[in-house]
Amino acid sequence: MPEQMTIFSLPVVTGILASAVRLATPYLFAAVGEAIGQSSGVLNLGVDGIMLLGAYAAFFVALTTGSLWLGVLAAMLVGLLMGLLMSLISVTLKAEQGISGIGLYMVGLGVSSLLFKVTIGTVKTVVGFKPLKIPLLSDIPVLGEILFQHSLPVYAAFLTVPLAWWFLDRTSWGLKIKAVGHNPTAADSLGVSVDRVRYASVCLGAVLSGLAGASLSLALVNLFQENLTAGMGFIAVALVYFGGWRPVGIMGGALLFSAVNAFQLWMQVLNVKIPSDLAVMLPYVLTIAALALAPSLARQPTALNKPFERGEH
Amino acid sequence: MPPHGTAGTVRPARRVTFDWRDVGFRAVLPALAMVAALLIGAVLLLLLKADPVSAYAAMIQGVFGSVSGFTQSLVKATPLLLVGLGICIAFRASVINIGGEGQIIAGALMATWFSLAFRGWPGWLLLPATMVAGFLAGALWGLIPGLLKVRLNVNEILSTVMMNAIGIQLMNFLLRGPLIDPAGVRAGTFLPQSERLPEHVWLPRLVPQTLLHAGTIIAVLLAAAVYVFLWRTTIGYRIRAVGLNREASRYAGINVPVYQALSLTLAGGFAGLAGVVEVIGVQHRLLEGVTSGYGFSGIVAALFGGLHPLGVVPASWLFGSLLVGADKMQRAVQVPSALIDTVLGLVVMFVVGSALLTRRWAARRAIVAAKGEDR
Repeated sequence: MPEQMTIFSLPVVTGILASAVRLATPYLFAAVGEAIGQSSGVLNLGVDGIMLLGAYAAFFVALTTGSLWLGVLAAMLVGLLMGLLMSLISVTLKAEQGISGIGLYMVGLGVSSLLFKVTIGTVKTVVGFKPLKIPLLSDIPVLGEILFQHSLPVYAAFLTVPLAWWFLDRTSWGLKIKAVGHNPTAADSLGVSVDRVRYASVCLGAVLSGLAGASLSLALVNLFQENLTAGMGFIAVALVYFGGWRPVGIMGGALLFSAVNAFQLWMQVLNVKIPSDLAVMLPYVLTIAALALAPSLARQPTALNKPFERGEH
Repeated sequence: MPPHGTAGTVRPARRVTFDWRDVGFRAVLPALAMVAALLIGAVLLLLLKADPVSAYAAMIQGVFGSVSGFTQSLVKATPLLLVGLGICIAFRASVINIGGEGQIIAGALMATWFSLAFRGWPGWLLLPATMVAGFLAGALWGLIPGLLKVRLNVNEILSTVMMNAIGIQLMNFLLRGPLIDPAGVRAGTFLPQSERLPEHVWLPRLVPQTLLHAGTIIAVLLAAAVYVFLWRTTIGYRIRAVGLNREASRYAGINVPVYQALSLTLAGGFAGLAGVVEVIGVQHRLLEGVTSGYGFSGIVAALFGGLHPLGVVPASWLFGSLLVGADKMQRAVQVPSALIDTVLGLVVMFVVGSALLTRRWAARRAIVAAKGEDR
């Protein structure tokens, strides 16, 4: 079988791994952001909607102004607005978070489709962020190609992992966020404003989800179409559970998920005879299995998905 | 009448449990949510330099201006109602089912395969058997996340979302392989759709020249059945008890995991039935876009109907009308129907956001009533 030989040859394996690193980008931005929000006790299920609107805003601004950076800024701004909307409903009005998140998703899906049809209409492309070879490191055989020949958003996404770890574990802000997520009543009695911390965490997470969308439309596929994300945001939420609310765990999950995805993409390219629709199913089955076998929910913020009301016990 | 207490204290208790002002308040809030969402939609249209008045007028004209428009709103309301009934059962047990899309697909796939495989059966047998099979397939799609939740502690919100993705891919695969229309293969078009289903499995049409089919009546009858199930049977009572207070239910001897898994399974079954009805009532074959997002908009209808089976009936019709109106609006004044997805999302957020106001209102009513009792 010549196909088997090509699949396990060095260039193909290198290619698969490099794709995995690249494809992990939007998941990393979105899941790290979601982890920050969830650490404060708010489950934001609307990530996919924020990503869609962020991807649209980034693409539209880049297309009309020609500036990729203005596009990125627009995506962050859109993320902030969506974060404020989510906070208003889930924190101030104390709504059931799983459902308000679905509402946010539908808003993001609807508004991005509407704006796309009215302002762009057909599928167009932009010249996105170009690969940036890191001097010296990119010349390392194999490893250089896998890790150090990507575009700027890819590096930035991986940079959010240590940054989020430092922020959540080593700053007083991070400790406040976790306190609010684990025991809002205690945090409240110590003078921490639960609502304010939750607003900030959800908004920060939403800005990162906006960036996730921008990385998709300006660095990975360089275009926008209706429902571009096709549920990536929901995978990002699952990755937070899978990673046990730790940035490093999330990175592991994102890389694993993207590796499976890259593997099935390459099998299609190499024309290996397995039904491609069944192969696309693989990552989702894997995600469910991973959630079922995930070590434990011991790290789950105790107050996750629970609106906080003073004097309610 | 509560048996305890003296005759004089009985009346105030009655007043707390039923108050027309209370009913009015609960009905007004969703209506306000709807108006607010439509207003935001109008602002969005203004920003896009479209005329909201003519857009909304085209929607109303599209639904009420013709027999076909009106019957279409009922056709679209039917799957919304079926999905919404399942959502009522799940949400009443505090189990969040986001898996409507996958469950619709499971039901539709099963109905397609079953009616083609057993096409030799007479209609009186094939039609009900197909519906039961589709219900069971949807139920299976709900049972899996249900078991994962109660056995392995997997969050059902996430697993049902994953089951949606798996369902979509499974359908894509089957419609391009085992279930593909042989006529399409012979003609070389390879359209991803199934063969036309045998005519004796089609649901009868209610109004000639329209798509309105008997599934609508079945769905309304099922709404009454779900009401009886939830409020007049022991199992239904336990499902609601689990949703209201898990701990108290456990102490009362209710097997909480069983009822959580059961509620998700039933929710899947009803969504599966929505898939069946789309296939044997409307399209008469399986097409790729069979769900039309009903798995999500069914949640909106259920919330809007106050998670009450009889409330979901008018709510589904309202949203069915919105969907039809949006299609007509797109054709008449070139405003994309995606506007309605936005409005639906806002309605969801506003309705769940207004729950706090409802709770505070109820608390205030209770205090007022208690004061009345003191006097």
